Amino acid sequence: MSQIFHPSTNTLARLSIFGAVFAAAALAFAAGIFARSSVATGVGVAVRQEVPFSHKHHVEGLGLDCRYCHTGVEESSFAGIPPTATCMNCHSQIWVDSPMLEPVRESFRTGDSLEWVRVHDLADFVYFNHSVHVAKGVGCSTCHGQVDEMPLMWKENSLYMEWCLDCHRQPEKFVRPRDEVFNMDWETPPNQLELGRHLVEQYDIENLLSCSTCHR
Amino acid sequence: MTHQRLHSVELTELQDKLARAQGKQYWRSLDELAETPEFVEYLHREFPEQASEMNDPVSRRRFLQLMGASIALAGATACNGQAVEKIVPYVRQPENMIPGRPLYYATGFSLGGYAIGALAESHMGRPTKLEGNPEHPASLGSSNSYLQASILDLYDPDRSQVVLNNGRIATWEGFIAALGTELATLEASGNGSRLRILTQTVTSPTQIDLIEAVQARLPGAQWHQWEPINRDAVRAGAVAAFGEPVDTRYDFSRASVVLSLDADIYADLPGSIRYTRDFADRRRVRDDDRNMARLYSVESTPTITGASADHRWRVRASDVEAVARVVAASLGVAGLEGSGQLPDGVDAEVVDALTADLRAHAGTSLVVPGEGQPPAVHALAHAINAHLGNVGETVVHSEPVAPQPQSQAASLEALVEDMRADAVGMLVVIGGNPVYDAPADLDFAGALDAVGTRVHMGLHANETSELCHWHVPENHFLESWGDARAYDGTVTLVQPLIEPLYLGHTALELTAIMAGAAETEGRAVLESAWRDRWAAGEIEVDLGPTFDKAWRRILHDGLVPGTAYPARPTALVGGWDLGATVNSGGMEVIFRVDPTVYDGRFANNGWLQETPKPLTKLTWDNAALVSPATAERLGVANEDVVELTYDGRSVRAPIWVLPGQPDESVTLPLGYGRTRTGRVGTGTGFNAYTLRTSDALAFATGLDVAPTGRRYQLASTQMHHSMEGRDIVRVGDFHEFESTGGIQHPHTHVPGPEESLFPPYEYNGHSWGMSIDLNVCIGCTGCVTACQAENNVPVVGKTEVANGREMHWIRVDRYWSGGVENPETVFQPVACMHCDNAPCEVVCPVAATVHGSEGLNEMVYNRCVGTRYCANNCPYKVRRFNFLDYTDYDDAPMMKLLHNPDVTVRSRGVMEKCTYCVQRINVARQDAKVDGREMVDGDVVTACQQACPAQAITFGDLNDPDSAIAAAREEPLHYGLLEELGTRPRTNYMARLRNANTTLNPPVERSDSEVEHD
Repeated sequence: MSQIFHPSTNTLARLSIFGAVFAAAALAFAAGIFARSSVATGVGVAVRQEVPFSHKHHVEGLGLDCRYCHTGVEESSFAGIPPTATCMNCHSQIWVDSPMLEPVRESFRTGDSLEWVRVHDLADFVYFNHSVHVAKGVGCSTCHGQVDEMPLMWKENSLYMEWCLDCHRQPEKFVRPRDEVFNMDWETPPNQLELGRHLVEQYDIENLLSCSTCHR
Repeated sequence: MTHQRLHSVELTELQDKLARAQGKQYWRSLDELAETPEFVEYLHREFPEQASEMNDPVSRRRFLQLMGASIALAGATACNGQAVEKIVPYVRQPENMIPGRPLYYATGFSLGGYAIGALAESHMGRPTKLEGNPEHPASLGSSNSYLQASILDLYDPDRSQVVLNNGRIATWEGFIAALGTELATLEASGNGSRLRILTQTVTSPTQIDLIEAVQARLPGAQWHQWEPINRDAVRAGAVAAFGEPVDTRYDFSRASVVLSLDADIYADLPGSIRYTRDFADRRRVRDDDRNMARLYSVESTPTITGASADHRWRVRASDVEAVARVVAASLGVAGLEGSGQLPDGVDAEVVDALTADLRAHAGTSLVVPGEGQPPAVHALAHAINAHLGNVGETVVHSEPVAPQPQSQAASLEALVEDMRADAVGMLVVIGGNPVYDAPADLDFAGALDAVGTRVHMGLHANETSELCHWHVPENHFLESWGDARAYDGTVTLVQPLIEPLYLGHTALELTAIMAGAAETEGRAVLESAWRDRWAAGEIEVDLGPTFDKAWRRILHDGLVPGTAYPARPTALVGGWDLGATVNSGGMEVIFRVDPTVYDGRFANNGWLQETPKPLTKLTWDNAALVSPATAERLGVANEDVVELTYDGRSVRAPIWVLPGQPDESVTLPLGYGRTRTGRVGTGTGFNAYTLRTSDALAFATGLDVAPTGRRYQLASTQMHHSMEGRDIVRVGDFHEFESTGGIQHPHTHVPGPEESLFPPYEYNGHSWGMSIDLNVCIGCTGCVTACQAENNVPVVGKTEVANGREMHWIRVDRYWSGGVENPETVFQPVACMHCDNAPCEVVCPVAATVHGSEGLNEMVYNRCVGTRYCANNCPYKVRRFNFLDYTDYDDAPMMKLLHNPDVTVRSRGVMEKCTYCVQRINVARQDAKVDGREMVDGDVVTACQQACPAQAITFGDLNDPDSAIAAAREEPLHYGLLEELGTRPRTNYMARLRNANTTLNPPVERSDSEVEHD
């Protein structure tokens, strides 16, 4: 009885087993790449809003402070999205006829809220608190990027847990003096590690790495 | 196996067994004691039989299809991005509102007419949690299950939502027009004597003024009050003793020896929360404060008061008077009309010891008569307290808080007579449910037919509204403006936290409209009434130069300062004794308020339905409670249905054998058997009101009990999570502690950290710990409901409880020791111990339960895959598994508003357990950091700790040497539960002490060789 399989089949079999391992690894690697790509994370993708609000114009152009609108950022977990009334402080005087602002005026007239698409959307089982990060010298731009350069808002960081942990493990790499927190132009100084270590001590920053710090 | 059967258990055999036992034996159920095969099997199962089997009628083939499909799709789900979420800001943000931070407002919760000050937590306009108001005398910051659970009623989807006219949807305006026409007719055709208003007990000054205004408009109109759990006997007793209806309140902070005459001091009195707090302070024992007040209890139904008592005697309700009479005679109280004969269970020695103790503590003793006891007992108690010089010390008499021109029973009877005689043209029922809860012999429903126009206002469309022409939805108190008096008379403000969710109105608004008042809008009605009182100088405390300032202060504090009624001198009148009552023989029936659904008003409240009743641990049902001996005589066991007949009326009820119940006496908890209340409460339990007649509102003799041969399943948590008789609850003798600073307990070897294979953790920052003082814990289950409200703990329903799947993060275990006739009862709240060597952590294959840096045993829901290994390995049985999706509120979306936004809502397939309220720890930490300070002791208060009326729970940082918890760890009475396992629990207990009267209980030397002294 002749052999069913040609001797080269052995090689093929070895190759396919060997290949399968590599294929699986490659697939996992590709999945990792994909999960971190902006397709999955939304990083760098500008989000369309009902009113095309430009942080670039309001912050860089006009010099508004973050806290003019995000009033809760120093006292609450939620930084706060301004009520329509805040917009109307100025826009009852300027650009009163702009068609772009019609939804704002309509909201103010009717009492129905504007609806903004959430750009920085943490998973529902994560509890983040703005006030404590601000108090410990984590700058706005550290997480949100240079918002003053964003005509429409996008995510600068993935908000993945590995990204959170980068800082929770080594806060000295990221913290800055408290009075620079709202400075959009802050650049990491060359002596960041030295400054960071000093600030970690001065601000009594703990490495809170327990699960219950964020998950409860 | 979740039901007890006593068939195979012979009582005498049990007694023999107890007699043979070495040392003190604790048992949780009669089955445990008898070691029935069912119980043994139960013990060896981690989860009850079939708890993990799919109950849905899904075939194996279909199941495999679904499984195949879900595996195929499992990878795909991760590819979906998050759903787009919208942020919807305010148009004009309210002042002081910071999104993400809760606001707290003072308001008031009333039960039986008496207010308890409350603080409501509001998340962006959405009330989510109630606490006691620390400034309020009836609360001092504590609460009970009723207060905690009342917020659930706000979001109850079955609440009445629209005005109904003959069962059809109508409008408020239509109702007002019809009401106006009727009133005008009544006004034109005489003095309005055909108008009757029926309310529950009213203590609200504004409501009283408005009803008087209605009577001013229609002078013939009459106001009746009916509350099924009323205080008629209290009032009649005061009238008998003092000739006037004074109110009696107690100052437990001065009491050293207390005798309860069938009074549930911790639960049934209008001031119970405050009394519990004050008395706990007198009974709390520390190494440097070895004082403990003594509590004697003579009671007819096992209650939490009797369970805490140092001496408890069980006597039939009708025999309590005899005991009171003998005690009075023995003390030498003057003016006794008759003598009593001591009933079985209380002998002369007892009375001698008791009276000697009372006499020795004249001025600091206290005799408290039960609300359900007849006027004669109240008069006797007044006479004893006066004789002992307690009045002005532990007893305070004052003007009555609830104005009652006559007894409510008589008032209701007069109303029904008038209705039958066609003397009532219009009946306005404001609140309450008389069709369901009026005495059965009055046949209120039948008499209602003769009334021309019947109006009912209530939170729910209930049995009464069904028989009324008009039904008007009433606002929940968190939607209402109003006021009510507390137990001491303090006027408590009720302010709304939210706009009415439905088209409801308040009692004040309805009465104002009937009175033709100038103001008829809730807030304006209340504010104008108080403006008038302020202008008239009726508020004695200076609250500011203008009314607006005063009003702001009143609203902020939630009460009107200085409105507590001052003490009033009283003197016993001649002939105060109403004479000895002659008891007729036969079986006794006792009607008691239910510890969870109250008089039936909370029947549709899932939290209360599922809170295990303190003594029986029953959920979702009431049962006829009988003693083991009586059950044996009747030949019935748990869950056997019997037919109860009293005075020609009968009802069928399942039996529950309750050790400590007097023989030949059946207690029927009220509040169940509702036929119209909502999807939660309708059809639960049996209606004990069916047997309750005007002459037997509290108890009576002449009950017939006949077994039917049927059975009815009851869902008790009694035998779940058993702990196999180890040194679990430690009970010691106070006198021993007083002299030696320690108590005897079985010797156990507690392994130290060095005896573990796992390296010890280091805690450089905080290290959280809890201590529960079993000596002051009263077992009221307030912590259970508070935890449920704080932590979004779901309700699972009767079937699931019967399957052993209840979700409560904290449970209160009830243990009995001693004979089955009158055992000692101890309670032990058990939640996650947050062990340092947690057995659950090491077995989790996905690291979903891990050790935190501050000692917390953390549960990471998003990692949990539901293997349940952790629950299997937990010696305390405190882990809870979501077998089904209990938080799917698609048919009741309103319920979603109730959730605490700081706590994750868990879904199916996830394990959960006590977190030490980690959300509160985190918020406290963040606040301290933002303020740039260290956390201090008291920054973190857990939900159970905050609610506890006895302040039995201490929580804090063990690393802070000045903290209360660190001090508690130094107490000689503290011990860890099952410490011998080496789990090193962070929750510790302080042993319970029994302050026995040494004359009655001479100290006995223990025969046990293995006892340890510490």
